[in-house]
Amino acid sequence: MKELLILAVVTFFTLLTYYLVEPFAHSQMHKHVESEGFAYKDIPAITKKGDATRGADLVAANCTGCHGIQKAGMPAPMDPVTSAQSFGVNPPDLSNAGSVFAPKFIASLIKNPAKTLMVEHKFDPAKGKVHPMSAYAAYDANGNVDKEQTDQDTADMVAYLQSIAPKQEELTPVMAFETACGRCHAIHYEYMKDGKLHPAWTQIGEKPSFKKKQDELAFEQKVLDYQDALKKYMGTLPPDLSMYIRSRGEHYIKTFVENPQNYLKGTAMPRVGVTAESADKVIEHLEDVGDSKRHERETVGRYVMIYIIIFAIFAILWKKEVWRDLH
Amino acid sequence: MAHFTKATSLHDWLNQRLAIDTLRRVLATEYWIPKNINFLWAMGMILAITFGLLLVSGIFLLMYYQPNVNLAFDSVNYTIMQEVGYGWLWRHIHGVAASVVFLIIYIHMFTGIYYGSYKNGREMIWISGMLLFVAFSAEAFSGYMLPWGQMSYWAGMVITNLFSGGSLHADGLVEWIRGDYVPGQAFLNRFFMLHVLLIPLAILALIGLHFGSLRIPHVNNQDGEEIDFDAEAKKYLAGDKAGSKVIRFANDFLAKDMMVVGIFLILFFYLVFYHYDFAMDPVNFDPANGLKTPAHIYPEWYFLWSYEILRPFSTDVGLIAFAFAQVIFFLLPFLDRSPNAVPASRRGLFKVWFWALLIDMIILTAMGKVPPEGMFSTIGLYAALTFIGLWIVLPIITKFERKV
Repeated sequence: MKELLILAVVTFFTLLTYYLVEPFAHSQMHKHVESEGFAYKDIPAITKKGDATRGADLVAANCTGCHGIQKAGMPAPMDPVTSAQSFGVNPPDLSNAGSVFAPKFIASLIKNPAKTLMVEHKFDPAKGKVHPMSAYAAYDANGNVDKEQTDQDTADMVAYLQSIAPKQEELTPVMAFETACGRCHAIHYEYMKDGKLHPAWTQIGEKPSFKKKQDELAFEQKVLDYQDALKKYMGTLPPDLSMYIRSRGEHYIKTFVENPQNYLKGTAMPRVGVTAESADKVIEHLEDVGDSKRHERETVGRYVMIYIIIFAIFAILWKKEVWRDLH
Repeated sequence: MAHFTKATSLHDWLNQRLAIDTLRRVLATEYWIPKNINFLWAMGMILAITFGLLLVSGIFLLMYYQPNVNLAFDSVNYTIMQEVGYGWLWRHIHGVAASVVFLIIYIHMFTGIYYGSYKNGREMIWISGMLLFVAFSAEAFSGYMLPWGQMSYWAGMVITNLFSGGSLHADGLVEWIRGDYVPGQAFLNRFFMLHVLLIPLAILALIGLHFGSLRIPHVNNQDGEEIDFDAEAKKYLAGDKAGSKVIRFANDFLAKDMMVVGIFLILFFYLVFYHYDFAMDPVNFDPANGLKTPAHIYPEWYFLWSYEILRPFSTDVGLIAFAFAQVIFFLLPFLDRSPNAVPASRRGLFKVWFWALLIDMIILTAMGKVPPEGMFSTIGLYAALTFIGLWIVLPIITKFERKV
């Protein structure tokens, strides 16, 4: 009985210390941000019914000057490096946009990029700084903005992007990552998935394997040129995300992506506008890279726990046997 | 030269050459331990097992770790964690054991303080134990440098800065320790050497000393009873096992040790597989960057109480208080003036002193981690002053303690 009391005292002080230095201390050091579930409450819903066929023409006329759409056979007008040097960042290929980003986010983005991306502090027209993506608006015969028509056009464009985008079940974690994060963030770790080694990711695409040193150096040169343009655009080089799943964790990454201003007021990182499903996929990709052995950890953990519990039972039985004569 | 006869068995052959029967008797079957002990007396065995886990996992990690500022981070987080088969397992065992070993060390220390196991001939047990504490602290700190993450770098920066001695401005000493103006390649190399060779050697030697120091005064018991070990051992050997106050180290004591070890390992492996973040700080999964100071720099939990004794004061006073905290535990056997080697519960004011010290150190630990602002600084300051005060009054209250 006395031993149980001692155990209770030891356990109490251990747990108290743990509580104070872990949950309590972290609650004092880091602001807690609740996720809104990627609802983007400040962005109005799409009110018009979109027509994908009309949207195709609108996209061809308004978007493909800067954006490629590989899926529709439209390559990007410029290579990533030239693009970044012209715009600051390479405009994304729109093939997967319709399933990675929330539809109302895309519609809002087309109409007002700086506001939707939450980078108005960086692109203030009053200070002569405009977002590289120009806002879309439809005009009536008198040259005034036709709000109804603008809403209809953006709904049509979104409908088109959704019609060409892969379905949720076809969108892989790596596709979600590349579309949502990959133009600014590199992942310099290769990773194993489904028995295959996947290459590292640079801001200009997967790092190929090279036969000749010259080709490798030429590629690295391009990456560096791209990063220089990106640094100028963002103010600093966005971090490599290889170990972010361990250094930041799922909750932080999700709430950060949902609204970067939550944690870093005035950051140059835009709100990306991913859907909740895509955010899960991005997390899964970061786990595939930075915590690739998590499934093995669970399996091995189970077996070790079973083994060690059996060990403890035998140890208790042995003690009882040895001590029978001692009492 | 000794006389050797033709061996009748392998046992006999070995016995003639190594005296294994005598060794077994001296180290195990007739190494007498008091019967009147509780599970807190198994902490030594848990520490030995945890040290074994650290040693074995460390050897596996050493096969892939690269002590180079450009490679270290990725050799740990990519090569070991993702590429090498079960590398993640060894790293998690190593990281969690490094943290848990300090929890057990603190329990072991407070057990010793509570039961008065540092006096009346047991002073060297305490002192060798404190030397082990210092060696383990150095081992933990040097190991923390090796992944070369943000916390490695900045903890290395802050802790080595302490050696400048505040107003003494011994910057030359700091540079000498670092081998550079800031932590860099030379720094990483020397801490690697310390972590994998010099300090482990010192720990092994100190463990030998610690075990040896137990031999003559024997292990204490939970009532502080003075036992005539020879007489009780005779009683045991004569067959009165139940009546004897002593038991064999093996298998009697060992069986109880292993029971406690078994239960401990359930907790340990639960932490390794399901709850490892407390021992592997997320901040250290960002690679070291000398141009980007983390928002909060704090040591691992087991150093927080002494860190908090440093923090609330001005630089020079803080350093003196910090130095005081580092050495004062060594002096415990001499600051405790009472002849009573019995549990604190029977020692009047010392009982209050014991619980006050424990709670004060937990408060210091908590305040050492949170940002030093507002109320936290005030609490930290008072807790640090209380710590110093407790050690100053110790000789006085124990001097007037009644003999039990």
